Amino acid sequence: MEIKAYIETGILELYVAGALSEQESREVYDMMQQHPEILQEVLEIEAAIIKLTAATSRNKNENSLQIIKDQLGFNTNDTKVISIAKPKYNWLTYSGWAASVVLAAGLLWTVGQNDQLKSDIQISETQQSLLETQIDNSKNNLEQANTLISVLRDDSITKVPLAGQGNFASTYAKVYWDKNTERIFLDAQGLPAPPEGKVYQVWSLKLSPLTPTSLGTIDNFTSDSNKIFEIKNANESEAFGITLEPAGGSKTPTMEELYTLGVV
Amino acid sequence: MQLEILIEKFQQKDEKAFETLYNMYSSSMQGVIYNIVRDTDIAEEVMQDVFIKAWHNASTYSAKKGRFFTWILNIARNSAIDKTRSKNFKNSKQNLNSDFFVDILETSESLDTKTDAIGIAKFVDKLAKKCIEVIELLYFKGYTQLEASEALDMPIGTIKTRNRNCIQELRNMVLE
Repeated sequence: MEIKAYIETGILELYVAGALSEQESREVYDMMQQHPEILQEVLEIEAAIIKLTAATSRNKNENSLQIIKDQLGFNTNDTKVISIAKPKYNWLTYSGWAASVVLAAGLLWTVGQNDQLKSDIQISETQQSLLETQIDNSKNNLEQANTLISVLRDDSITKVPLAGQGNFASTYAKVYWDKNTERIFLDAQGLPAPPEGKVYQVWSLKLSPLTPTSLGTIDNFTSDSNKIFEIKNANESEAFGITLEPAGGSKTPTMEELYTLGVV
Repeated sequence: MQLEILIEKFQQKDEKAFETLYNMYSSSMQGVIYNIVRDTDIAEEVMQDVFIKAWHNASTYSAKKGRFFTWILNIARNSAIDKTRSKNFKNSKQNLNSDFFVDILETSESLDTKTDAIGIAKFVDKLAKKCIEVIELLYFKGYTQLEASEALDMPIGTIKTRNRNCIQELRNMVLE
């Protein structure tokens, strides 16, 4: 899984930005050649950046491409007029010439068609790779859903409802704790979106004496659509709690902002 | 792989390949340039210039050094910054406003005509300030990781992970 760890370092995002040194870029290039997963990751990062930057563009001048082509002296479609000489020749010569003109035009036309088809193929291939990305994403979503179902069905999993506390009595959450794999699935559907600059932080608690251990902050709360988060937990937890903390999280829970709490 | 063929043809001065690449990247480049020069006409002019430069310098591109997109992005950022340093430009624009790219998004009149823009506006809306800063510096301004680390006064490691998380969120928004 070292490829995954490599991707997770964030080096590929810097690679696309052009923020790496030449040496580092060369290393990424070599990795990309060896591992298609890395290439795929780079393609997706690049596609997202292209969309973001394009969204900041103004209405483009339709003529720009033509202006550039003119400046670069690209061929414009010249049409050549073929003049027919006086009837000095017999019908055989005429038909011979006519046939070769038709043939030449036909050849030119097929060459043009061929070029057109080649570029069509390229466009289709690009579209295909986009679709493949989408399929991949869907597969990931399906895998996540299947994992969730297996968790819900598993007997060895401890379910801990977290009830709303104090001012936040209307909120709730649920923890599914899989002790074998040392992870919890937190269903946070019952929490409101955190205000700007704040994040939810999840705590594992020991009850006597009361000792909180942070399980981390939920940074992608807003963007996650199903609001189910997988979190590592190797603690002998006796209770779980969720507090609202400033972005980045806190060392100890802010008890005034304790949203939900539940005992195992 | 198909992109590689396209770029190869472009380097062999294939006009059609050039046109395809133009269609793929011109809006993106115009967006980056506009974010720096903040003038629609100048941005358009610089963008044209970027593609002319790309054509003339096609042979200097090498896939081993980086992505083609990154290569042309560098040309675009450098050309735009050069433009802001030129005398004419300084005279016409006394002080460039220091807004981030998000501010252009929000004021963009053409926003509703672009299909992806809705997703992106949604993304930006939820984007933390910390993401905006880091994306602005790394992608729109072309800072190296070291420069970004100094500008934001945080370790390079933090820049890397923060940027990764931010781009991850962006991808969730626009690539679904």
